[in-house]
Amino acid sequence: MPPESIGQVTTQFFNIPTAITLESGGTLKHTIIAYETYGSLNSDKSNAILICHALSGDAHVAGYHENAAKPGWWEIMVGPGKPIDTDRFFVICSNIIGSCMGSSGPSSINPATEEPYALTFPLVTVGDMVKAQKQLVDFLEIPKLLSVIGGSIGGMQTLEWSVRYPEMVFSAVPLATTLRHSALGIAFNEVARQSIMADPNWNNGNYYAAKKPDLGLAVARMIGHITYLSDESMRNKFGRRLQNKTDFSFNFDADFQVESYLRYQGSKFVNRFDANSFLYITKAADYFDMTLTQKDGTPSFSGAKAKYLVVSFTSDWLYPTRKSKAMVKLMKKHEIDVSFCEIEAQWGHDAFLLPNDRLSSLLKGFLERMASEFTGVS
Amino acid sequence: MRFDLEVIASWIEPGAKVLDLGCGEGDLLFFLKTEKNIHCTGIDFEETNIAKCIEKGLSALQGDINEEVKDYADQCFDYVVLSQTLQQVYQPDALLKDLLRIGRKVVVSFPNFSHWGCRLQLLFQAQAPKTNQLPYTWYNSPNIRVITIKDFIKFSKEFGFSIIRQTAINTHNDNRQGNIIHFLPELRATYGIFLIGRTHN
Repeated sequence: MPPESIGQVTTQFFNIPTAITLESGGTLKHTIIAYETYGSLNSDKSNAILICHALSGDAHVAGYHENAAKPGWWEIMVGPGKPIDTDRFFVICSNIIGSCMGSSGPSSINPATEEPYALTFPLVTVGDMVKAQKQLVDFLEIPKLLSVIGGSIGGMQTLEWSVRYPEMVFSAVPLATTLRHSALGIAFNEVARQSIMADPNWNNGNYYAAKKPDLGLAVARMIGHITYLSDESMRNKFGRRLQNKTDFSFNFDADFQVESYLRYQGSKFVNRFDANSFLYITKAADYFDMTLTQKDGTPSFSGAKAKYLVVSFTSDWLYPTRKSKAMVKLMKKHEIDVSFCEIEAQWGHDAFLLPNDRLSSLLKGFLERMASEFTGVS
Repeated sequence: MRFDLEVIASWIEPGAKVLDLGCGEGDLLFFLKTEKNIHCTGIDFEETNIAKCIEKGLSALQGDINEEVKDYADQCFDYVVLSQTLQQVYQPDALLKDLLRIGRKVVVSFPNFSHWGCRLQLLFQAQAPKTNQLPYTWYNSPNIRVITIKDFIKFSKEFGFSIIRQTAINTHNDNRQGNIIHFLPELRATYGIFLIGRTHN
């Protein structure tokens, strides 16, 4: 375990005591939230940071689970002395509802039937995910978060938090994200979902006691990985190089490195992720649209009080810079304090998860400022 | 901090809301924030500059100033600062119109092209002047506009904005030091600095 790591951590579970009414009109009677916290909450509760994870992420942001070889998914950013410094900040991350990493989702057991929910689990939106997270933050007795930080679908949650609970969010850092999914984003998600649903093992979502739709899920993940990379990053990473061979095989084996990479990513994914959760979360991302006016007719950001740091990456073609710029434009219109930086990076959408000195120093500087400007609930 | 920025900073009262266009690494903004408790935002085209600003704890946006200013509501800043940037703007009249819309007052500073150094180079060397303030050759210069103090005053009348305050300065030592020029500014000043506002008829 490297010394700069937070060290051994464990996932905790919180049972939401009340039923949650969902945007679809449905209700979730029994909701469990898996979460982790690092560092300690200070006496005036002014140092809490909520991290929101992306599609396939989980509550395990940093540190190591017992006997685990690999650390959490954002170990480079979260830990003692790191940009999200666990010596200074109380860091919380929870698994989103609809997922399969400990929080309630389609693979959870429905207490009413003692069977997995499968497709009887109600459709959840990004708003619903945030609503559930808010219950956790209330349970932890934190009246106002110093910052909410997240990339991709985590960025959508970050935006949602700042608009849905403006009094609870002092600052927000949406990374590599969008105010709403583009037709391109929806299209990729739909192809991925079709791949799962076309797998005969999917069986209308009822596969928990049988063979899983691994092939469909693997292809869905392969499609996802294409969107996380970029033309440039694929050219740099793979080019047309062949995988462990000097000539074409003249059959349908993986000849090219890029084929081999996608196959590996696909097959690795099925061991840790649930196909139904993939359907639910991608649908939630597709539904997400912060440009819509709220129910009372006011535009989305009119009530937002957070100070924002928006970051995009040059080679991200899933949520390109113009998406972030549209977000910034709206915030400026509402006279919101917003900073924006487009980071030159060749790794596509994935760039926010990779080591990046620029992103580290931006976050460090921004959080430093937020910590000095923090004001509690008025 | 650059001498012209010191002059500009002295014009802005504590607590004001300021937008700095072409803010660079945020020297002026940092000074205003730490010394005068001023709420400020910077805009610059360069990722490295914006990153420096954010690292310093400033609010800053990466983008093209000509486009970025369009998003703001009318009169939402007390001051909009355009320091040493006007000479690089493609459509100065259109930009100034936007600035006077979003800011109650606008500060503009630019290198004075009628400085005797420029005049002598043109007169005796017959070449486009190259000075400490304008250190480029004609083919690689980002400074596409040639402006003099007199030009700007004339522009104010034609364009219809009022000059609230003006100062001419002579700078040296990489523009870090300087003095205010009262006598023959058109000839002796390296920079002109103007505080302008909308004309109220």
